[in-house]
Amino acid sequence: MKNDITQINGKIVDPLTGYVGKATIHISGGKIKKVDKRPKSISSGKKSLNLDDLLICPGFIDMHVHLREPGREDEETIMSGSEAAAAGGFTSIACMPNTEPPLDTVGSIEYVNDRSMVAPIKVYPVGSITVGQKGERLVEMQEMAACGAVAFSDDGYGVQNNDIMRRALEYAKSCDVPLISHCEYSDLAAEGVMNESFISSQLGMKGIPTVAEELMVAREIMLAEYTKGRVHIAHVSTAGAVELVRRAKRAKINVTAEATPHHFTLTDDEVKSFNTNLKINPPIRGKKDVEAVRKGLKDGTIDAIATDHAPHSVEEKEFEFDYAPFGAIGLETAVGLLVTELIENKILDWPTAVNRLSTAPAVILGIPGGSFEIGAPADFTIIDPYLEWEVNPDDFKSLSRNTPFAGRKLTGKTVMTIVDGNVVYSML
Amino acid sequence: MTKNTAEKIMDSKSIKLALNRICHEIVERNVGTSDLAIIGIRTGGAYLAERIAATLGKIGKTKIPMGIIDITLYRDDIQDKLDQPLVQETSIPFDIGNKIIVLVDDVLYTGRTVRAALDAIIDFGRPRSIQLAVLVDRGLRELPIKADFAGREVTTTQKERVEVHLKEMNGVDEVVIDRSGRGGV
Amino acid sequence: MSLKIRHLLGLEGVDADDISLILDTAISFKEVLSRSIPKVPTLRGVTIVNLFYEPSTRTRISFELAEKRLSADTVNFSASGSSASKGESLKDTVWNIEAMKIDMVVIRHSAPGSPHYLAETCESTIINAGDGAHEHPTQGLLDMFTMREKYGRLEGLKVVIVGDIKHSRVARSNIWGLLTMGAEVSVCGPPTLIPVEMEKFGVKVYDDLDEALMGADVVNILRIQKERQKSGLLPSMREYSRYYGITKDRLKNLNDNFTIMHPGPMNRGVEISSEVAEAPYSVILPQVTNGVAVRMALLYLLSARRGRVNEE
Repeated sequence: MKNDITQINGKIVDPLTGYVGKATIHISGGKIKKVDKRPKSISSGKKSLNLDDLLICPGFIDMHVHLREPGREDEETIMSGSEAAAAGGFTSIACMPNTEPPLDTVGSIEYVNDRSMVAPIKVYPVGSITVGQKGERLVEMQEMAACGAVAFSDDGYGVQNNDIMRRALEYAKSCDVPLISHCEYSDLAAEGVMNESFISSQLGMKGIPTVAEELMVAREIMLAEYTKGRVHIAHVSTAGAVELVRRAKRAKINVTAEATPHHFTLTDDEVKSFNTNLKINPPIRGKKDVEAVRKGLKDGTIDAIATDHAPHSVEEKEFEFDYAPFGAIGLETAVGLLVTELIENKILDWPTAVNRLSTAPAVILGIPGGSFEIGAPADFTIIDPYLEWEVNPDDFKSLSRNTPFAGRKLTGKTVMTIVDGNVVYSML
Repeated sequence: MTKNTAEKIMDSKSIKLALNRICHEIVERNVGTSDLAIIGIRTGGAYLAERIAATLGKIGKTKIPMGIIDITLYRDDIQDKLDQPLVQETSIPFDIGNKIIVLVDDVLYTGRTVRAALDAIIDFGRPRSIQLAVLVDRGLRELPIKADFAGREVTTTQKERVEVHLKEMNGVDEVVIDRSGRGGV
Repeated sequence: MSLKIRHLLGLEGVDADDISLILDTAISFKEVLSRSIPKVPTLRGVTIVNLFYEPSTRTRISFELAEKRLSADTVNFSASGSSASKGESLKDTVWNIEAMKIDMVVIRHSAPGSPHYLAETCESTIINAGDGAHEHPTQGLLDMFTMREKYGRLEGLKVVIVGDIKHSRVARSNIWGLLTMGAEVSVCGPPTLIPVEMEKFGVKVYDDLDEALMGADVVNILRIQKERQKSGLLPSMREYSRYYGITKDRLKNLNDNFTIMHPGPMNRGVEISSEVAEAPYSVILPQVTNGVAVRMALLYLLSARRGRVNEE
């Protein structure tokens, strides 16, 4: 659908200057040509959008998404995941390598690039750190980065061997891409299925202690310091982990971090319902941890919000809690949770929120976007911050339905998504 | 029930006379037998059974064995009722084999309670025979059951309630009929 | 009089009135069991499926006896040799059985939350016969019945549960039920076998057995499994036995008229000595007898709660 929008009039949220107010954005060739805060005239016509009081943000970037292609196309494909992202307001996503087979070769990176050419939004592949994600041998990082991998991660698993992680951090310096670490020591996490706390004791279920995550966060920070490498902590979930990152940043160590909407919203007492859509890794933690994540997002300790969108088929999740797979989808609820949980509670203001969802991910991954600068791609997320809606999984564009938020009333929704000057999703 | 709509059909004196007569009829019917035993159906029937056993004991100058059964577990309408009566203890402290059992209840109505009691008793053993003694027979039987000994027979309709009040339970001995149409016992 | 609960999924959240009703009703059923024909026709026409995914002899037999004594029709389903071993989901298994017109399901499963899952997806009345380490409510009820039978009350009773609390559904159900009924509960075991944040349950936590038993009325001894040593939670069974095994000399700190309980099966010589198990203060066998009576009371009360209309 080549609409080629040339002008958008509305209310912009500029993460760099903090400006929230009326402006006209002029677009040419899919890029921002000019941003006028005091436009002389507002034209109308097919190539102009007048959006009144809707918020126009630089396109949101979800740097942690699981597309199940290749391997589990029944759960999600690059196409369906991209459509879900567009509906959620994301103009770019980074997709994780734990597919079947994993993205551990140049060929697999090229496969993702190929398949995403027809996708409505931009898809950036993340390669795995080790071959087969087995944690034994490094992948050909330089070749894969040259081919388009924007980061490397063994996400789904933590790199158990300390020496392998050290070498990976060193080697990655040659490609200048971050390593994204899923922090989980499997011997401490053992067979846990939920956060280890009074709740897991009550339910008689095996718990994943916070130290299983924190111990590896500490390791990544110390290794990053030692190797002068660059590490990004995925899905931070515990108060201890947030504090470790805070101190590391104070010491100017090159570490960044992200947190998911479910980790700034849900607490582990919800698991008493045994709803398997609450079975997530890292698990939903306790009240103190949720408060720490929110504080971390506010003071910038946590740089980015990323959904860790993890689709699973209905059949797989329809099992006893112990046997169901970990994961929840999140692309289409992220904006609603952002507004309802963080904006309305005045934990984040709009410019900061946009920074967490757009600017920071762009900087961390080194991809274009995240601002209204001249020459930036004409990628925009347009939000109605007052729209009240109820989460109905049957309405999702994702092929999967495993959301912990079914039936939840939220405020704030993406009403239009624009990529390179083309409308790729619209409710208007 | 309100006092205006309740009609007392037996007072303390007439109850005493009726029970006395029933005891003599029991003796007459079962003359020469030493195998008599009384079983009362909870709750009203149990108190009446105690009185009858005591009186029979005085007449025959011998102690008559007495037991109490709770027929809740034998009712045929358990699955219908959301609100169940509390199951209370059944106590039959003698061997019912070969005994002549006089089953005692306060009111004989549809006959279903007595049917349940018969099932319960037979689960305990094989009596020689079972006879039925009731204080009030109000008719409207739904099963082929009849009282061998009855204190008073009254004609009633389904809408009316018959209540036996006993000193042990209610502080007074009387039988009242509520003809106001609220139905029930 | 009827129960508020529609299923028995656990004792957490079951109020004192419901627990009292079940225990009071069980007294009458215990009398039924003592008759020469220990059977009543009460649940005639009611079909109950015993769905046991975990092997269990005593609990299953106890339920089966309770069901048969109530004249219900019983069907047994054990996981091995069933569709479950062929990968059929729990939901499908119960839906298939339900299509054969049943009323109640008694389920034992290794995954916590399985009975809750069934209660949400199926029509039948669900009774939890043990879901992983989460709850074993009928055991909790029969333990409380046994204690109440001896002492005439549960309020103020000092109960100590000794052993592998972490993996014990019996401990959890006992704790919930006893606290609701006003008893004082403590737990004692090696620290690796005590769940995280245990005090939040409302119990005192001890790792010293003599200290724990000081002034207690009832000691409920849990079975210790050899796997705990293999999985690194215990150094050896020998040390466990020396420091946490209940032998006669350990009993000196208990109150007069104390009681020893054990849900079974026992590891004689490990967590409990034969001498203690067979002494008059041990109610281990009465527990088993009471188990049938309590389960009968529960089945009776829950069955009527269904409001099934009599076909007559």
